[in-house]
Amino acid sequence: MRFPKLPNLGLGDRIPSHQELERMEKEEAGDRPKWDNKTQYMLTCVGFCVGLGNVWRFPYLCQSHGGGAFMIPFLILLVLEGIPLLHLEFAIGQRLRSGSVGVWTAINPYLTGVGIASLLVSFLVGMYYNTIIAWVMWYFFNSFQNPLPWSQCPVNANLTDLVSECTRSSPVDYFWYRDTLNTSTSIGDSGGLQWWMVLCLLCAWLLLYVCCLRGIATTGKAVYVTSTLPYVVLTIFLIRGLTLKGSLDGIKFLFTPDLNELMNPSTWLDAGAQVFYSFSLAFGGLISFSSYNSVHNNCEQDAVIISIINGFTSVYSATVIYSIIGFRATERFDDCLEGNILALLNAFNLAEGSIKEGNYAESLQNLNGTFPETIQSLDLKTCDLQTFLSQGVEGTGLAFIVFTEAITKMPVSPLWSILFFIMLFCLGLSTMFGSIEGTVVPLQDLNIFPKRWPKEAITGIVCLVSFVIALIFAQSSGNYWLALFDSFAGSIPLLVIAFCEMIAVVYIYGIDRFNKDIEFMIGHKPNLFWQVTWRFVSPLIVLVIFVFYFVTKVSSNVTYIAWNPSSEDFPTLEVLEYPAWIYVIIFILAGVPSLVVPGTAIFKLIRRCCSNKNVYGAEVDTVSAKVQIQSSKFKN
Amino acid sequence: MLVRILVLLYLVGAPALAQTLCQPNASNGYRVRISIKTALGNQAYEWNENEMFLFQATMAFAMRRYYKTETYNVDNIIVCNQTRRVSFWFVVISPENPTMLIPKADVEKAVSALTTRLPCRPMSNSMSRHRINNAFLLTDRTLEFLGIHPTLAEPVNPDTPPWLIVFGVVIGAVFAGIIALLVSSLLQKRRKEKGMMEDGQDEEDRQMKGVENGINLDGIYNRGFTDDDRFTKL
Repeated sequence: MRFPKLPNLGLGDRIPSHQELERMEKEEAGDRPKWDNKTQYMLTCVGFCVGLGNVWRFPYLCQSHGGGAFMIPFLILLVLEGIPLLHLEFAIGQRLRSGSVGVWTAINPYLTGVGIASLLVSFLVGMYYNTIIAWVMWYFFNSFQNPLPWSQCPVNANLTDLVSECTRSSPVDYFWYRDTLNTSTSIGDSGGLQWWMVLCLLCAWLLLYVCCLRGIATTGKAVYVTSTLPYVVLTIFLIRGLTLKGSLDGIKFLFTPDLNELMNPSTWLDAGAQVFYSFSLAFGGLISFSSYNSVHNNCEQDAVIISIINGFTSVYSATVIYSIIGFRATERFDDCLEGNILALLNAFNLAEGSIKEGNYAESLQNLNGTFPETIQSLDLKTCDLQTFLSQGVEGTGLAFIVFTEAITKMPVSPLWSILFFIMLFCLGLSTMFGSIEGTVVPLQDLNIFPKRWPKEAITGIVCLVSFVIALIFAQSSGNYWLALFDSFAGSIPLLVIAFCEMIAVVYIYGIDRFNKDIEFMIGHKPNLFWQVTWRFVSPLIVLVIFVFYFVTKVSSNVTYIAWNPSSEDFPTLEVLEYPAWIYVIIFILAGVPSLVVPGTAIFKLIRRCCSNKNVYGAEVDTVSAKVQIQSSKFKN
Repeated sequence: MLVRILVLLYLVGAPALAQTLCQPNASNGYRVRISIKTALGNQAYEWNENEMFLFQATMAFAMRRYYKTETYNVDNIIVCNQTRRVSFWFVVISPENPTMLIPKADVEKAVSALTTRLPCRPMSNSMSRHRINNAFLLTDRTLEFLGIHPTLAEPVNPDTPPWLIVFGVVIGAVFAGIIALLVSSLLQKRRKEKGMMEDGQDEEDRQMKGVENGINLDGIYNRGFTDDDRFTKL
């Protein structure tokens, strides 16, 4: 029984047959790049999948959705959604031996839009992702001094006191929002380019260019370092973290299961979204990387191995991060308690050491009983370890505020700072390799640039254009722009593309044909698990996530958080609404890549209909056609 | 006789007078708070009469440094109201006139640094606070003169910020890498082109001789078929 599929004419002409593939394999056509060895390929894919999200998104989700219980939806969706999609992209790339545009155009010319959407998303995401790398580099450059610049508040101009913005918030906050970003108070207030940020951005793009210069010939060498170093640094941090006070509290807090969270649908949604984005699917980079493999490479095994590595890395880095967060929370708690104890000692002139952590509660009660007014006037802070632990932030806040603060409390801080930012840099850079691949190869396939232009030139142009546009992130309001890009460019379009990919392969290319291809490539037909997930389960999951995402985004008021020293709740970030013109930008970011999919199909349809008449007219030019017309004239 | 009584009265009365001069919240007095355990932990020493004597001596030292002409003594520093916290009040009386208190402002000037504080320079006049702290192995935070704010250290401003140096190194290496790779790419391409050109020469020679399919064709090229060539070429 053949699985139903949509009609697809001329497929055989557009794709190489199995015999042709065998022939290409033996002849080793030198035109297409190849991996030097399997390790390079695996490291590149692992590097692309394992990124900053594993370090600063997963731990937060884990902790906020019931700790250890979050593993259950995460692992279930990893198996049902992540692995099938990954296997699909690997297999289709390896079979059709082309980048994203090439693959979808070969399946059906009307599907070129899917490839173009991948191109746009890779381009937009690459722009803002590299800006984060620029920020990481800025912190890295600033780590070569002792004491670290974010460990203490700077002195103000008249040397009378510390800068007030810093004393009201914290040195790490101040260094991030003022010294690094020099952030303005709203997205509309651009504030001009910050020269130090422009320099870091330039450095980031140049470094990326040197690694991607010749495509996988250069990135294949770079990934030996960028994909392995993060694991080394994570292990070092784990060992260091476990020897610090309070680290086990952090790990316990992270993994304490709260099974009630499993009833909450947003837990499952967040798990699904995390699996999806964590695998860097739908960017087109994985299809491209896989197409450089030999035809008989075991892509099924690769998909499973990479998924396992990705899942393991998420859990491992969550452990490391939370051991350090536990340390920081304990330090904060101790400081808070010490401050309170000192206030009590000073107010009541008690001997030092008479109130300690152990008898603090008791002593406070006694004193409150006898001198309640004095206690009131002291304005003691409530010190709760759980509150400090749940201050675990995500995203840039985790890396540049919480973690940097924890580092200042460790001995030999500059060393840990350097290691941490090298790790973040490597994680980000290896993901950028995939983004650049997902941008450059489709551009080559679409023949946007003349064919004789070398790859170096095209990569250079892509990097240059991205750098120029990314200068918006180097403004004072750059942080808000980046958050905007992060929310919209990298979310909805990817879900649309992934859904279209699965429909294209299963229903337009034909799952039966796909099964035969995989049997040809790896020697056995994909088993029942793959059949069920490819045909029904994975598309359904992606559709559900997309619908929920879309509905939430559209129905809620779109707001952002801003740093405003003159706001009432400072240092709490102010919640502002986006100005009206931002909706145009949002549409460009999320709407254009999504609409390109049907848009290109319609465009091609119109062009074919129009040129049908022209094509018909062109046939008249040949000699034989002239003869026919003459004869038809006589017929009438 | 009268003189003896007066002397006796003075000897008895002076301390009493001094005591009345020193009172908590005195207008010309300062409160000092010492936190030895916080500063030194396990190596904390005990605060006793001897330590108090050292304090009076260091205060006298500070006053002498400030008022270079007058010679202050331990007796001129009067301490009172000591608590278990280890905090007490002190006032400074003038060596010439035991009833006159040195004004608060002058005491402050003598204690704290006036000019910007540079890393330890013992000969500097402004280092009294630093010397006082050092005598007790304490810091500005653990030996507090309530009301006198510790002056802040001037930030060390290097000529080139350290981050620029690291940035320069990295970007230099990157530029070197780009140039090296581009040059090697160019050289590779030139070598390939040279190799291809040599093959190309052979092909052209063969065409000129009119060899087709390995068979030597002699004869004139018939231009009558040129149009057909145009159409059949795909």
